[in-house]
Formats: sequence, C-alpha cells, structure tokens
Amino acid sequence: MTKRFPGVLANDRIDFDLGRGEVHALLGENGAGKSTLMNVLYGLYHPDEGEIRINGKSVSIGSPKEAIEHGIGMVHQHFMLVPVMTVAENIVLASEPRQGGVFLDYGSAMERVRRLSDSFNFAIDPDAKVESITVGQQQRVEILKALYRGADILILDEPTAVLTPQEADELFGILGTLQREGMSIIFITHKLREVLEIAERITVLRRGKKIETVPREGSTQDTLARLMVGREVLLRVDKTAAAPAEPLLTVENLSVVDERGLEAVRGVSFEVRAGEIVGLAGIDGNGQTELIDALTGLMAPEGGLVRVGDRDVTTENAHQHLEHGVGHIPEDRQRRGLVLDFTLAENLALHDYRKSPNSYFGWLRPGRIVSAAKSLLKEFDVRGGGPQTRASSLSGGNQQKVVVAREVSRDPRVLIAAQPTRGLDVGAIEFVHRRLVEERDEGRAVLLISLEIDEILSLADRILVIYEGQIVGEYGPDVTEQALGIAMTGGTREGAAA
Amino acid sequence: MSVTPAAQPPPQQEPTTLAARFALYQRAGGVITPLLTTLLALFIAGLVVRFTTGASPLDTGRAILDGSGLTWLIPESVMDIRSVAGTYDDWPSEAEARLNAEINLQQTLIFTTTLILTGLAVAFAFRCGLFNIGGQGQFFVGAIVAVAVGAEVSGVGRVLHVPLVLLCAALAGAVWAGIAGILRATVGAHEVITTIMLNWIAYWIGSYLFSLGGPLQSDRSRQVPISNDVQESAKLHVFWGDFQGLHVGFFIAIAALVAFYLILNRTTLGYGVRAVGYNPEAARYGGISVSRNYFLAMAISGLFAGLAGAVDIMGWQYRYGQIDIQQSDIGFAGIAVALLGRNTSIGIFFSALLFGALLTGSNTRNLALPIEPELAGNMTLIVQGLVVLFVAADLVILYLWRFRKRLGLPRREPKAVGS
Repeated sequence: MTKRFPGVLANDRIDFDLGRGEVHALLGENGAGKSTLMNVLYGLYHPDEGEIRINGKSVSIGSPKEAIEHGIGMVHQHFMLVPVMTVAENIVLASEPRQGGVFLDYGSAMERVRRLSDSFNFAIDPDAKVESITVGQQQRVEILKALYRGADILILDEPTAVLTPQEADELFGILGTLQREGMSIIFITHKLREVLEIAERITVLRRGKKIETVPREGSTQDTLARLMVGREVLLRVDKTAAAPAEPLLTVENLSVVDERGLEAVRGVSFEVRAGEIVGLAGIDGNGQTELIDALTGLMAPEGGLVRVGDRDVTTENAHQHLEHGVGHIPEDRQRRGLVLDFTLAENLALHDYRKSPNSYFGWLRPGRIVSAAKSLLKEFDVRGGGPQTRASSLSGGNQQKVVVAREVSRDPRVLIAAQPTRGLDVGAIEFVHRRLVEERDEGRAVLLISLEIDEILSLADRILVIYEGQIVGEYGPDVTEQALGIAMTGGTREGAAA
Repeated sequence: MSVTPAAQPPPQQEPTTLAARFALYQRAGGVITPLLTTLLALFIAGLVVRFTTGASPLDTGRAILDGSGLTWLIPESVMDIRSVAGTYDDWPSEAEARLNAEINLQQTLIFTTTLILTGLAVAFAFRCGLFNIGGQGQFFVGAIVAVAVGAEVSGVGRVLHVPLVLLCAALAGAVWAGIAGILRATVGAHEVITTIMLNWIAYWIGSYLFSLGGPLQSDRSRQVPISNDVQESAKLHVFWGDFQGLHVGFFIAIAALVAFYLILNRTTLGYGVRAVGYNPEAARYGGISVSRNYFLAMAISGLFAGLAGAVDIMGWQYRYGQIDIQQSDIGFAGIAVALLGRNTSIGIFFSALLFGALLTGSNTRNLALPIEPELAGNMTLIVQGLVVLFVAADLVILYLWRFRKRLGLPRREPKAVGS
C-alpha cells in the first residue's frame, strides 16, 4: 500500500507506506503534521496533491464512511463512545443487526461482539455499560468497533496518552495479537520509548515534512529525538542531588470537597522543602485538581492546614496566596493560565498589575508593563510574538513559556507546577524541565503534579503517589516505574489485599 | 508550526463568555461588519416601506436624511441642500432650508447625547461579560432623581446645583444597576432577569411619583401627572440654537466616551473588568475577585445610564411625567447602540449618531411626506430591532466567517502524480 500526496505546508510531499501485518509508528512533535496526515487518510481532509493507494489500487477517500468501507479504522485520542450504552450497543452502533428490519437484534449483537472479543483475547464483557469500565477497556471497545466494521488498517492516535503503564502494556499485547492476525497498524505518538517497544518501522515527521523512515533495529531514543527535533536534545534532565532545606510548603491532614460535594482529597499530609522537587504521581481524577485548588487558594479546604513558610494560609484566597509566595503553573493554560484575548504583556502582569511599577494609584502604566514583558519574553525565549501580541495567537509551547515566565519571575517561595508540559513538544518540554530544576536550585520548593510517570521520575527528588484522594506511598527518585504504577492503581493501599 | 490556515484550521478556542465572543467577532469583521449590518438593516427597512406603503425607499431615505439635519454639514458651495429630498416647495430659499436643518441637527445631537450615555451603560457591563438590559430602568432612576434634586432643591448657585444633580442622578443609576450586580455576584441571579425586573420597578415608582397627588407631582398644574420644572440653576447651558438648542450635556457625553476608554484600558479597575469579561476562570486564578468586578461593572454601567437621565432632564426636558415614562425607550435603544458600536468608544459615538439621526429624521414632523407618519415614527424601531437581531446572531456570522475559510480549502480530488 502506497500513499503519496504532497500538500501545501501541513504535509509537504510525504510518502508513507504500510505493509500488511506491520506496526508502523508515526513520530513527530506537536504540529509536525501527524494528525493532518492521518486525517487525510481517514477522509476528514482532502489532499491537495498526491494519491492514496490501498493494495495497489488508487482510491479516493472523501469521508470517514468511505474510509471504513476501504477497511481503515481509526481510534481517536478522545473516545467516541456513548457512556450510557453497553459495550455491544456501542460497537454495533450505526450498523446494528436488525430483527425484521426495525428492531435491534441485541442477542446476536452481543454474540458477535463476544466472539470478536474472545478471538483477540480482549477480555471485555459486551453487556457492561461503557461508563462503568476502565479507560483502557474503553479503548479496547474503540478498537473492537473498528474491527467489527471490518477494518484491516488501524490508526491509533496517541493511544497511550490516557493509559497507565500497565494498561499501556496490555494495549501493546493486544496490538501484537492483531498484528499476528494480519492487521496493519499505524501508531501515532510523540513518546520515543513506546515507539521502540512496538513499531517495526518508524517514520519521523518534522514541520510537515517526512524526515526519514527508519527500522527499529539500530534506532535509539537519542537518534529518534534528534530526527524529531532536528538537533541534539537532552532527554535526561541534568541535575545534581537535591539539597533540601527548611520546609516551605506544609500540608497537614488536608481535606477538600469537590463541586459535587464529594470528598476528593481525604486527609493528605506532606511537606515540600526548599531546594527539592516533590513529584505527585497519580492517575487523572484522583484528587489532584482539588488538591491544587486548595493549595493555591482557589478552593477553600474542608479541613486541615496549609502553611507557606511559617504562615498559615489555609483560609486565604488566591490573591493572598500569590502575595505570600505561591507560584502556580496551572494544569490548563488556555482555560486558566492565560486570558487568551489579552496581549502577552497584559498576561504577564496578571498577578501584579495592581502593584508598582505596573500601576500608580489605580492607573496602569502600559510603558512599564510592556518593557517588563519585553525582557521576560526574551529571557524565556518566547517566540511568535512580542508584548503586544495576543496570547491566543501563540503556539502551545510558547503560551506555556509565558505562563512559566510569569510564575517564576515573581520569585515565589513555593512553585506548584501542574502538568507543566502537557501538550508540549520535545523542545519545549526540555525547556520547562530545565527551568524547574533551576528553580529548585534557586532554593524554591517545587511541587510537580503530573500524569506522566516519565516526567515525575526524571525530575522529582521525592515522589508521592495519590490515589482516591489519599497519599498511598512515598518513594525515592530511584523507584521503578512498575512500583509507581501499582501504587497509582491502588495496589499498595492498606486493606487493598483484603 | 508550519501549517497553513487552509490546510488545517488553527486551534480555535471556542469563546466562553459574551465578551470573549465579541472580541472574536470584532476581530473577524473589523469595521466592515458593523457597516454591513447597518446597510442591511436600512435596506430591509426600505423593503418594509416599499411593501407596506408603496412609497419609494430611496425617497424615504432621502427624507430621513434631510430631516435629521445632517445635511447642514454639507458646505453651501457643494450643493443646495434642498436637492437632497427635493424640498424646494417647502423652502423658498436655501437659507431657510439651512436654518431648518440646523434646528434638526441640534435635535439629532440631543438624541445622540443621550444615546451615547445609554450605549455606554450597556457596553461597560458587556466588557465584563454581563448583559445589562436595565439601561432603561437606570435611566428612569437617573431622570427621577434629577427632577427631584433639580426642582426641589433651590437657593444654590448653578456652579453647585448642576454638579449636584449630575452626581445624585449618576449615583442613583449606579445603585440601581449595582443591585443587579450584587445579586449576580452573591447568589448568581442572572443580570438579564434582575435588570428587567428592576426596569419595571423603576417604571412603576416613577409612575407613582408623578401621578396626580404623588410626591413629585407639579404644584401648579394639579391636573397633569407631571413634575415641577427644574430650577433655572439646574439647567444645562444651551450653546447652540434658540429653539430647544443643543446643551452642554453633549460634551458630558463626549467626556463619558473618553472616560469609558480610559477606565477600561488605562486603569487597574478596567484591567480587572476586562480580564473577568474575557476569562473569569483565568481572572480568578490571577487573584482577581470575579464577584467584585461584576458589582463594579454593573455599578459603573448604571452610572452612565443615570447620567443619561440627568442630562435629558437638565438639558431640554426640564420636567418629567407619567407620559414620558410610558413613552421612553431610549435606554433600550442603548442596547442597539452598544451592539452596533462594538462596545468601543468610537463605535458608540458613531452608532449613537446614526440612531440619533434616525430618530430625528423619521420624526413625524420631518417626515410628513412621502410616507405616513405612523410608519415613519417606527422606522427607527425597525432598524434598531434589525441591528439587535443581526448582532445577536453573531454566532451565525462567526460560523459564516469560518465557513468562508473552509471554502478556501481546495476540494480537488486527489490526482495521480505517478509513483
């Protein structure tokens, strides 16, 4: 199967071929054109030039429906499932077996799904409601859906982004089975390790161009990273051993109730000392968001104590937290970290616009704000705009640099970094990581909350694991990924064995 | 990211608040969309005229333009202004026509003054993400307080009396709108609902105050539900024209436009208001109190509307009565002014001028011909309604805007280039 279509810029004359029974990884930074290429293949975009051939035959794919007819199935990063329907119902949706042409033949739907699931060792109960199964299982439902529709080419878009390490391993097992059955798989990712684990060939895209297709043999993370970014990248964060001093952030028995009135954080205690990075690992939705909100004054805790230095800030609001030396790189830079319609200069002044020299008796001093912004943008190497550029027109990586610049430049004692590299490309990740270590060495207390185990392992001097709103383990920096993974899924919790 | 907009739409954040949506809308269309909106509204109004009366829309338009007095601005050397609407029969000489146009222009600017202020009342709240429908009620409260303080307080000089009346009326408007602001900030009651309720409360309070035997009813004409005239010392100086000429309130409105711009763009207060308007969650994260800004934005909005009421009373009405309250809709017109003016100072000036000209030009006195007065009097309402409708349909326009971009994407079939 050959596919050839030179686009304008998003995809510039990319050749890509996929053999039967092959796992071919598509590797590239954000915006490298991976998704565009796959969307063309799945009929969501139309190529400007070039052609797609399946089994040697030139085809035109005008819509996802036609893609499915050609045997192409796609599993999106965000699942397209109906949560209240059962697994079987979801899978047969839009091509239901019917009884008398009108009624859904649920029995035979169930049976078909069960047979399909068993033949690939999927271990899924077709009768379970989608909302009640795990994320990993939901992903398998998506794969089953594609298989049910007769796909023999499977496109997986960043499939491991939502999985725990164990679930990812299971996924790789399943992909292996599918491969042996003759399925061809395109695996889109920007994670180097996975690529080496599963793909036979790896195609690297950069800025819309194909850089190279390399076999797995002989490739290393370093060579792939160089292909991806176009220069040497420090994958490993260079850092010396931490020299923790006095505790700057102390949390005692903290409880937080979420918006639905459920106790999301349940009696959490820990401290972060000056000059150390504490990593908080956990699967999404285990109370991290509520914990961050409580630590930054965005949400009042239900009980417990939060101290910054010697000061009790438990009941203080967000403004007071900022005043007392808490810096916060928020989880969602577009929703919370930035006012996208503001200029970069205005965004950089978000916390301190009321203070001298940014304002004077209630009057803003745009000159000062802009000149301060200018030097910050330079120091943090923000590209794509100047102080008067609107934040919305920057790329994600540069937006994040603006957020980091603002938080760090305020000289906080405690820096809370929530998912600081989410959605960033390798170059920007490198920058943020290096900066976090630098801030640690400046003597700040850094709390890093991340869903990426790799990130925690490479940055943290001490690792806490949060599960269902409780700290279920504390580890040193040399803990194994497996041990963390088990703790993250509640495996070490007292009474879990009982 | 080396992606052309045609190949892949840039990651567009769906705007979450009214203000953010407007920012996008404004950027998308610039100054073109408001102009198109205006032309389209006028065109449809013309169609209405054509199909209901059979009169020529073009003649009607010329008559309105003539009646608005804007023709006075055309230099004598350029053209005889009687040729605009063909009024040679009405005015034996051009000098007389110009005198008439001068008077009409003064009326237009009197309306413009009030419309600027009620427009600002809507716009300021808008910039904080709030929809102030209560401009009318805030205007009533301002007018009532202006009548009360202007007529009942006596013995103070003009230097003191004028600022006193302005201040009291503005504060009254601020309090009235502030009630809605507090309700939004504390219990989350939506400002659209509360301001509409407050409109009716103001309406009936006013009706009671000026009713026969009511507290503010005139001492002299006991049979008319109307207030006393304000004292001479509370009247605004008329600087242009003898017959209900243009008063200095016009400059108050201009100053308000400048103040609006400065507050929003040059003060910490305005920074907070805009931040909350664009992204309340980011503002909260940034240590800005969202509820405080909701209150402040509403109160400042009310300030402008209250001022509008005061300027109307002190500039040319001098008294207020039940019938005035029943007939007033200048506060609501402010919504159209703000929407068409894109909530900016300059935009509001021009859209207020447009609506002021329409109001005066379609006045029955000015538009006896060629269409019947009932329809003429409602021309402004039609245009106003259409403008609100068009702008409220900003989502549709946004959609069309994006659709246009998508059309830019060549939809050619993939052609073979050989392999």
